[in-house]
Amino acid sequence: MKDLRQVGRSVVKTDAQGLALGRAKFTDDLLEGDELYCRILESPHAHAEILSLDASEAEALPGVAAIFHGGNVPRIPYTSAGQGNPEPSPYDMVLFDTRVRFVGDRVAMVVAESEEIAREALSKIRVEYRQLPANFEAERARNPQTPKLHGPEAFMPIEELSYRPEENVASEVLLTIGNPDGAFEESDFVVEHTYSVHYASHAALEPHTAHARLDPQGRLVIHTSTQVPFHARRITAKLLEISPGKVRVIKPRIGGGFGGKQEVLLEPLVGLAAWKTRRPCRLTLSRKEVFTSARTRHPMRVRLKTGFLKDGTIKAMEMENLMTAGAYGPHAMTVLTVSAWKCLPLYNKVEHLRFTGHTVYTNTPVGGAYRGYGATQSHFATNQQLDIVARTCGMDVLELAKSLHIKEGETSPVFEALGEGKGGISQTITSCKLSECIDRGAKALGWYEKRDKKLRQGSWVRGVGMAICMQGTGLPQIDLGSATMKMNEGGSFNLLVGATDLGTGSDTILAQIAAEVLGISTEDIIVTSSDTDVTPFDVGAYASSTTYVSGGAVKRCAEAVREQICHAAGEILGVPREELIFGSGGEIRHPGRGETVTFAQVAQHTLYGGTLRQIGATGSFTGEVSPPPFTAQFADISVDCDTGRIKVHHLVTAIDCGQPINPALAEGQVEGAVLNALGYALYEEYRFDEKGRVTNASFWDYKVPGSEDTPKITTILVDSCEETGPYGAKSVSEVPMNGPAPAIANALYDAAGVRIYHLPLTPEKVLEALKKEKWGTP
Amino acid sequence: MRGSFVVNGSVREWEFPEDMRLLDLLRREGYGEVKCGCREGMCGSCCVLLEEKIVNSCQVLAASATNKQIRTVEALSEGEEPHPLVTAFAEAGAVQCGFCTPGMILAAYCLLRDNPDPSEEEIKRALDGNYCRCTGYVKIFDAVQRGARKMREKEVQE
Repeated sequence: MKDLRQVGRSVVKTDAQGLALGRAKFTDDLLEGDELYCRILESPHAHAEILSLDASEAEALPGVAAIFHGGNVPRIPYTSAGQGNPEPSPYDMVLFDTRVRFVGDRVAMVVAESEEIAREALSKIRVEYRQLPANFEAERARNPQTPKLHGPEAFMPIEELSYRPEENVASEVLLTIGNPDGAFEESDFVVEHTYSVHYASHAALEPHTAHARLDPQGRLVIHTSTQVPFHARRITAKLLEISPGKVRVIKPRIGGGFGGKQEVLLEPLVGLAAWKTRRPCRLTLSRKEVFTSARTRHPMRVRLKTGFLKDGTIKAMEMENLMTAGAYGPHAMTVLTVSAWKCLPLYNKVEHLRFTGHTVYTNTPVGGAYRGYGATQSHFATNQQLDIVARTCGMDVLELAKSLHIKEGETSPVFEALGEGKGGISQTITSCKLSECIDRGAKALGWYEKRDKKLRQGSWVRGVGMAICMQGTGLPQIDLGSATMKMNEGGSFNLLVGATDLGTGSDTILAQIAAEVLGISTEDIIVTSSDTDVTPFDVGAYASSTTYVSGGAVKRCAEAVREQICHAAGEILGVPREELIFGSGGEIRHPGRGETVTFAQVAQHTLYGGTLRQIGATGSFTGEVSPPPFTAQFADISVDCDTGRIKVHHLVTAIDCGQPINPALAEGQVEGAVLNALGYALYEEYRFDEKGRVTNASFWDYKVPGSEDTPKITTILVDSCEETGPYGAKSVSEVPMNGPAPAIANALYDAAGVRIYHLPLTPEKVLEALKKEKWGTP
Repeated sequence: MRGSFVVNGSVREWEFPEDMRLLDLLRREGYGEVKCGCREGMCGSCCVLLEEKIVNSCQVLAASATNKQIRTVEALSEGEEPHPLVTAFAEAGAVQCGFCTPGMILAAYCLLRDNPDPSEEEIKRALDGNYCRCTGYVKIFDAVQRGARKMREKEVQE
């Protein structure tokens, strides 16, 4: 892209200084001190029926304002997944049920004058449970004798989508292309392995939090840490049985989301409390509650069978994914679909394909959206299998990857076959610099100097591995973004966007796009985002959509404003608009007369002087396609053969994210995803006891990477331009989550000749594998 | 109980329950820059300087901090001009969601007070009590180096 002035610059994030000074307001910074405290009574059992609930003693405590439970709150089926309307997730929950399905499930809510009173009241609620048999294993979920979590009252709001609670199946996705069985028979080699990836926490530093109060007009105003303010408004209104117009949702600064806050968890609860008590109410989850009762990454078992020829040509792939929904099914269908859609098209030369996917209910914590969203799970398997194919054929895996990945001008039948709630959409790849990513990443890592060298230092041996990944960019013809702009006197502009900046910097990059269109400085764009009363609709921050979808809306909106400015300038000069040129620096030129009109003059003319009107416009955008971003990711590691410990020296990500709107912010997205992925690859995991309780629900026992755990991280933004995106942009923040784990696993094999199929790659697993390799299976 | 504290240079006298944590007292009194991320003494979002030592204020009883000097990130900046570390964090792209940033800057400040020209290893060690989930720390390390440079230059000028 040539001649860009604002786009492509690492403009300092508009809110950075305010945040660094600690002055920018997060949800809890906007509490006024008069709020009642909400606390949740959680189920101690993995599966039980509530025979009776007696809250009378708790209600009698001085300072208790209300107690909500299954006996006094209407049963309205819904899903907490913050998705389009209707959501493509099963309606399998109510606010307070008479049955609990995992340890941590919601039983009741106390609303009290203080946190202490609320806690005391919780202890005085008498609940009689009848324990039911529980199932913690996805593999057993579909057995006829396994207890069923949901009865016939649960349903899928989109009828065409498969849903069979009578089999514990929250979603089924099936796809066959060509004749895989025949192709396996014609293959020289058939390799089949079963991989598994595990539960993980988003671990956003700000816990889930929300507070609600009635405004002087009696409307419900909710401040919340959310990625989806408009969905939060809709779902809250539905559950309170009031009109969405009665609810206003405001997202202040938010302390990280990563998908965990694409979930409408607390808004209906504080909304209910405030609506019923007519008092302001607040609810902040403890870190333990975030771990156990908020959302997690869906565990997945991926069985992958690959048939290929001696020259590395892959003839057929068969992927069978078994995903754990946990006790409820938010994102059960979409994450499963994405595990195919955002992985398999990368291998579009494979003519014969079968995908069998099931999401099943278990009595374990609830999965949800998490950066990578199913793609992370599948890419872990496909990338190890790619490494296996290359090694089996004696080929350079980089050259093999380059030969088989999807290219510009190509398509994949998977795009058309699968969709996220609607049918799929056929699309042709218009930008793919993955081969260049592979070359540049390999060079940055020193691939050929280290690959297959098994360099030793004492008990440590070194190896390198690679992974190639894709994602998507928004949900085509589903996701809507919109933006409103108005011109102010002096020539600045307000930009109102429903898009949700969750720390990603979207407020800044959207301002850069508007500034680029108008030829002015980003500082002259004043952004207000995510207030359902003020900003136009936007589905929110998910599905890697903000830059492309919301950015597309901002571009259209700013273009309409630019047109209005030109017309006004024509009025001032008394010339037709066609004779004017829109220059940079906030002015309009008449080349013939050598005259210029400034934005300030246009504002004066339209607001006070000449033809009076407000210059302003609203623009909307929805993608027709979902152009994938691509990464090649590399790991350079050593493994200690005495202890099984892996030390990561260097992680390289070369990414094609189209034209980065703000390179520094784009790099920051990659770096954050890479370190999150490193934790997932090596140690982050939920541990359970035999009763289904999470035993490590704290930062003491669930390890999150700290500064000393950070290896050298290199990010290469490869030149690319996506013609369908605003100024050539596509998405960036999810795709780099996918590659580090398989790259590290491949590096482990390169170093020590052992392959581990189950994340995380803990020293225990590595050591066991090393022993087996050395001594054979006992 | 009642106690007095010197917060960011001002003497404050507050009534508070004897088991209240310093974090909760500071937040109750409007010091919103002290964030609560885990209440377990692990994440570092609630860091303050207590008698110039960095502490997780969630692990400090307010009662034990009476008559002591407490400084938050607000106290680092003089007047309208932000502290060089604040500017460095913004410029380096080290602020994403910003929830960890006030605590992180205090940790960096403590490091640079004792070691004006730290190596990357020393920075990593000094920041290890402060989690950041957004940045992968890469730009934070850069910001500390930048901030250190700015502070050294400022020292020379003065």
